[in-house]
Amino acid sequence: MNYWMILKISLKALNRNKVRSALTMLGIIIGVSAVIAMVSLGEGARRQIQEEIASLGDSTVWVRAGSRRSWGVRSASGTMNTLKAGDFDAMLNECPAVKAVSPSARSMAQVVFGNQNWNTRIEGYNELYPEMRNWTIAQGSFFDDSQVKAAARVAVLGNTVWQELFAGSDPVGQTIRVKNLSFQVIGTFKAKGYNSWGRDQDDVIIVPYTTVQKKFLGGALHVESGLVQAVNSRATYAAEEQIRALLRQRHRLGPFQDDDFMIRNLSEIGEAAEATNRMMGGLLAVIASVSLLVGGIGIMNIMLVAVSERTREIGIRMAIGARPSHVRIQFLSESIGLCLLGGILGLLLGVAVSIGIPLWLGWPTVISINSVVISILFSAAIGIFFGYYPAHKAAALDPIEALRYE
Amino acid sequence: MQHLVNSLAQEMPSVDRNGAAVIALQEVWKIYDTGEIRVEALRGISLEIARGEFVAIMGASGSGKSTMLNILGCLDRPSRGVYRLDGVDVSTFSPSRRADIRNQNIGFIFQTFNLLSRTSVWENVEAPMLYSGTSKADRAARIEEALEVVGIPEKAKALPNQLSGGQQQRVAAARALVNRPAILLADEPTGNLDSATSEEIMAFLQRLNSEQGITLVMVTHEQEVADYASRQIYMRDGQILRDEKT
Repeated sequence: MNYWMILKISLKALNRNKVRSALTMLGIIIGVSAVIAMVSLGEGARRQIQEEIASLGDSTVWVRAGSRRSWGVRSASGTMNTLKAGDFDAMLNECPAVKAVSPSARSMAQVVFGNQNWNTRIEGYNELYPEMRNWTIAQGSFFDDSQVKAAARVAVLGNTVWQELFAGSDPVGQTIRVKNLSFQVIGTFKAKGYNSWGRDQDDVIIVPYTTVQKKFLGGALHVESGLVQAVNSRATYAAEEQIRALLRQRHRLGPFQDDDFMIRNLSEIGEAAEATNRMMGGLLAVIASVSLLVGGIGIMNIMLVAVSERTREIGIRMAIGARPSHVRIQFLSESIGLCLLGGILGLLLGVAVSIGIPLWLGWPTVISINSVVISILFSAAIGIFFGYYPAHKAAALDPIEALRYE
Repeated sequence: MQHLVNSLAQEMPSVDRNGAAVIALQEVWKIYDTGEIRVEALRGISLEIARGEFVAIMGASGSGKSTMLNILGCLDRPSRGVYRLDGVDVSTFSPSRRADIRNQNIGFIFQTFNLLSRTSVWENVEAPMLYSGTSKADRAARIEEALEVVGIPEKAKALPNQLSGGQQQRVAAARALVNRPAILLADEPTGNLDSATSEEIMAFLQRLNSEQGITLVMVTHEQEVADYASRQIYMRDGQILRDEKT
């Protein structure tokens, strides 16, 4: 028995009804391309979130002062004056899982340079900030520990602020005015872009936190929040526990008292975003699968039509010695051929869409080999599953009745 | 073409071949029972056909002659009774084994030719060999030989609807002969042909029988056509009425 020749007979039959074959394949083409486009969109979003977390530093933890509780009503976090700069020094010295700390203080301010002005965030950190946030300096330099101790009026500009105030000219050594205080610009950051919450990460000016405390927060000694970096990403939870224990001890909290501070893990936020994203991806995959299913039913329908149209041909083939299994293989390979061809065309379309989406819509996509392989196997499986019943019907025909069929 | 016959002797499942019956029906019944109507198409037929015979089966429509031919061709199976093909009881064979017999041991010629439409003459003649797994080179040689035997070697690339009725029946004969069967079954082979072409085809079949030694069983209702055969069997109501040699 010559299987290759029987496959050729099937392909010839498909070729004979070109329009019908193309319309039948359309369901599979749309289904497969939708699966591939959706998976690559989901994968792109996931990759973006991962990169963001990595750029934030996935081993980074925020420590914030707790919220004030008066008569059961809780205010926003950071409103209690419970954290001091000393707490952060203690974390660095006493928690083995902590690699670096930076107290933080922030304010919004109108910034003026020459005749330009811009409203932006002023964020105060210590000299370790660029390293902790994985953020490189583009021009000039960052401030050092002596400038932090001295509460020096030096500023490092985010890319957006630099563009807005200096229109791209060299800012290093220039003086800007922030809330009527003059600051010397000592450097700029590399552009970081928007984060997944849509905030422009480059719209910021970084100054020593001591300067923010003294000049903008009325000489406050408490610290609103601070950034802590664990020795590595796996040590993040250990660092959290050590910080919690240390702060409870330093703040003399009894066993039944609530924490007067909050610890937030950046990767938790990323995980939440990823979970949302995964759910969306799952939903889209379900929709795409439904379209594949509908395509498969279309294949079954058209194969049933083909079997009854070609009953006489089946009878002739049986009369000259085709076994039922030969007939079954012939029709099965027709439906598998339809699905595979549809799958390959859908694959090409899906890849084209996945390449096109970043260009048209600016959403990142990553074409995963898995989705390509799975969708091809899946379309072959659809061909077998939905082609089996019509092929079985053809194989079960009685040769005499099939020969008499008009 | 002589080796056609020789090769058959080796391929056929055989118990006894010394001039004995190649086809033997023993008390064969065919009963169609739809629940409402019960039709006895064959009623206890017993029949032996020897190797190399040319048999015409005659009878009115409804006499059971086509049913008998279908059973002889392993397209159908008896409801009761035994059908021995070259000594082997094939009446209990599975559909697949019967398909193999149709492929290897029996060739069919139909009234309506039953060629595959939109398929070239070459591919029509090739079709039985696809199911027997003949190699490509063998197939080409046998197709050429078969087309030569039926006398239309130049029509290999033509499509059936480009041929005359007589030429189409020759293609069908080539297809029936290509796997070198011992038995050729013809169901009203001239039913769709004009009288001149009928004579041509019948002369061809007769030559095939006398020169190649192929056992030929033909159903017809025309006496002139039946006269080509060396044995005529008349049927009525599912039974053999007369069985005479000429």
